[in-house]
Amino acid sequence: MKKIISLLLATAMTIGLCACGGAAAPAAADAGADQGSDKLNIKAGFICLHDENSTYDLNFITGAKAACEKLGVEAVIKTNIPEGQECYDAACELVDQGCGYVFADSFGHEDYMIEAAKEYPDVQFCHATGTKAHTENLPNFHNAFASIYEGRYLSGIAAGMKLNEMIESGKITADQAKIGYVGAFTYAEVISGYTSYFLGARSVCPTATMEVTFTGSWYDETAEKEGATKLMSDGCVYISQHADSMGAPTACENAGVPNSSYNGPTDSACPETFISYCKINWEPYFEDSITKAAKGEAIPADYVGTLETGSVVIDHFGKNVAPGTEEAVEAAKADLIAGKLHVFDTKTFTVEGKELTSYMADVDTDPNYEGDHEVIKDGYFNESGDGLRSAPYFDLQIDGITLLDTAF
Amino acid sequence: MNSKGKEPFIHLTKRGAIPPVKAMMIRLFAVVIALIVCAFITGLTTGINPMEVYSSIIAGAFGSARKAWITFQDVSILLVISLALTIAFRMKFWNIGGEGQVLMGGLGAAACMICLGDKLPNAVVIVLMLISSLVLGGLWGFIPALCKSLWNTNETLSTLMMNYIATQLVLFYTIKWEVPKGSGKIGIINQDSHAGWLPQLFGSKYLLPIIVAVIVTVFVYVYIKYTKHGYEIRVVGESPKTSVYVGINLKKVFIRTMILSGALCGLVGLLLVGGINHTLTSTISDGRGFTAVLVSWMAQFNPFAMIATSFVIVFMDRGAGEIATRFDLNQSFGDILTGIILFFIIGCEFFINYEVHFRTGHKNAAGRKEAGSC
Repeated sequence: MKKIISLLLATAMTIGLCACGGAAAPAAADAGADQGSDKLNIKAGFICLHDENSTYDLNFITGAKAACEKLGVEAVIKTNIPEGQECYDAACELVDQGCGYVFADSFGHEDYMIEAAKEYPDVQFCHATGTKAHTENLPNFHNAFASIYEGRYLSGIAAGMKLNEMIESGKITADQAKIGYVGAFTYAEVISGYTSYFLGARSVCPTATMEVTFTGSWYDETAEKEGATKLMSDGCVYISQHADSMGAPTACENAGVPNSSYNGPTDSACPETFISYCKINWEPYFEDSITKAAKGEAIPADYVGTLETGSVVIDHFGKNVAPGTEEAVEAAKADLIAGKLHVFDTKTFTVEGKELTSYMADVDTDPNYEGDHEVIKDGYFNESGDGLRSAPYFDLQIDGITLLDTAF
Repeated sequence: MNSKGKEPFIHLTKRGAIPPVKAMMIRLFAVVIALIVCAFITGLTTGINPMEVYSSIIAGAFGSARKAWITFQDVSILLVISLALTIAFRMKFWNIGGEGQVLMGGLGAAACMICLGDKLPNAVVIVLMLISSLVLGGLWGFIPALCKSLWNTNETLSTLMMNYIATQLVLFYTIKWEVPKGSGKIGIINQDSHAGWLPQLFGSKYLLPIIVAVIVTVFVYVYIKYTKHGYEIRVVGESPKTSVYVGINLKKVFIRTMILSGALCGLVGLLLVGGINHTLTSTISDGRGFTAVLVSWMAQFNPFAMIATSFVIVFMDRGAGEIATRFDLNQSFGDILTGIILFFIIGCEFFINYEVHFRTGHKNAAGRKEAGSC
């Protein structure tokens, strides 16, 4: 039964895959990678939650293959590894096969990677989206993420420009500029994502508001489609999402509502409504961490890829994008890199009507979700900050965004 | 075809009892043909040497000591679920609710680990985990059996529906116990204190489920074959009317047997949560509650034959993962091969039950054993 479902999903995702295939290869950054002619003597193992039929995992697989090819390192990729003891088993099997570097791509893999890291102190274990490396004090366990909130902010600017165009053409009035967002869980990563996206949109379209709905799953095509449809019937004139299926973009294409995507562009499946996308390019991190593992150099407990390292990618827009979007995005991107612009500038948003001056975020994972670190610094919310952790921890509910359901 | 219409080209006759050796030969023959068909499909669609694919399937299951242990551990889990369902199947009570019963057992174990892990001594926690797993799993078997006894409801539907309730309950508690907030994941429970973790026998992570499976296999065999309960189950399965006639309380047998069936599934939930994964997710059973139905049927409800059938399924699944990694093929390719092999294994039962005769021209066609190429 499960196989049949995955087969159906695979068929549905083919469209999405074609879209990704068409994307231009992102400019590879030379983040700390000083490859000479000397070949690295290491084997790299990769553990993926699903296979290349999931846009999320495909993004990792593509990055892993590219990085290993560039470094001349043998890659062993294990797909369809669930978030349970199978992950520990897979990690140990990779070590048995001689891997000196093991990477896992899904949040739920983290605890099992830690178990494996404790057992094999000579092997470097890296994990994307995890939260525990900075408190676990294991010299061979590391987390990585990217400042994707900057990518979403830029993608949001494209959405704001489109809203402005719709207002100018008389399609909607200024106060109808409502964005809908389909999220997976009420998790900080999702909250940080839709908030940054919204702030980007509002920076160019001041009357923009947002409604968010949650599906309770990272991949549920039907729920995502229904979520998008619900938002549209609620009066949302623009949709974006943070979940991994084509559900929401497809609903948008059917209804003719513009959409921004994540992990990859959707313009081959949704040519009329695809506006913008952003994604994390994992290749710079793989190059950096594999090189360090091979040379015996320390890998940081937390790595945050940025626009500058080429880890955050927004390089491609749809054909129906508003005029001037690319220039506006490029200008904002330059300001973000230069540090002149901060996504979570406390002057640009309020929480319960008040400007934020202090906030203790839940950076160190604990069962009681207690705030433990001050994250307001120099007038902005210091997301994925130095000395804190790479995974997002922005979990505030700002004014202008309405959450429709928070069951998840 | 110049036949006079008297004798068709092929005709079938129902076999009587077939010697077990002959039946085994037919099955073996089916597997050989399946492997040949798989080889052709592999060669035609991927261009990879089928022998290499076969050898890496074996390597995937037994390539290292760890791989072999994991294979046996997975066989054990699937086997215990299959045995649990078999008890019910023997009385023609179609328990399709293994998935939900496993989940409920897991939920009971996880609840004890999370809520009591740091409050009570470890041994007490483990005893409570065992009790709550058996009780919750048993409850999930009891409810459909009660409905069947009282209102003669269709147990296939009700056990199936109970799965969805169990899944939703587990999802609810996953959100309740999630760490960090909003992630929808519980993570490893008591990762530092190991409270409520089932003990490792002889220092091996993988041994406990294997030993449990051996005990349960012997128990189920003896229970069905040599006890009064087992006798009643068989009579109910053969003919409910006869059982009423000989004075067996049908309702009591339904309920008692389903509680046992559910409790054994609950035991698997305990092993998965307390012994193997140390976490709870709604997918922890990974469809094995349904796969076990196939395992049980393929073994014709024989506990010892089930060792072989669950082994075939796990072996192919582990192999599928290995060929996905080794040849950069999708895991689905391994699943296709598994499908072909199962098709032949199940299909060959036809040739065990029926004898195929070809027209020979003689009046009395001598019985041929198999007809491979039809």
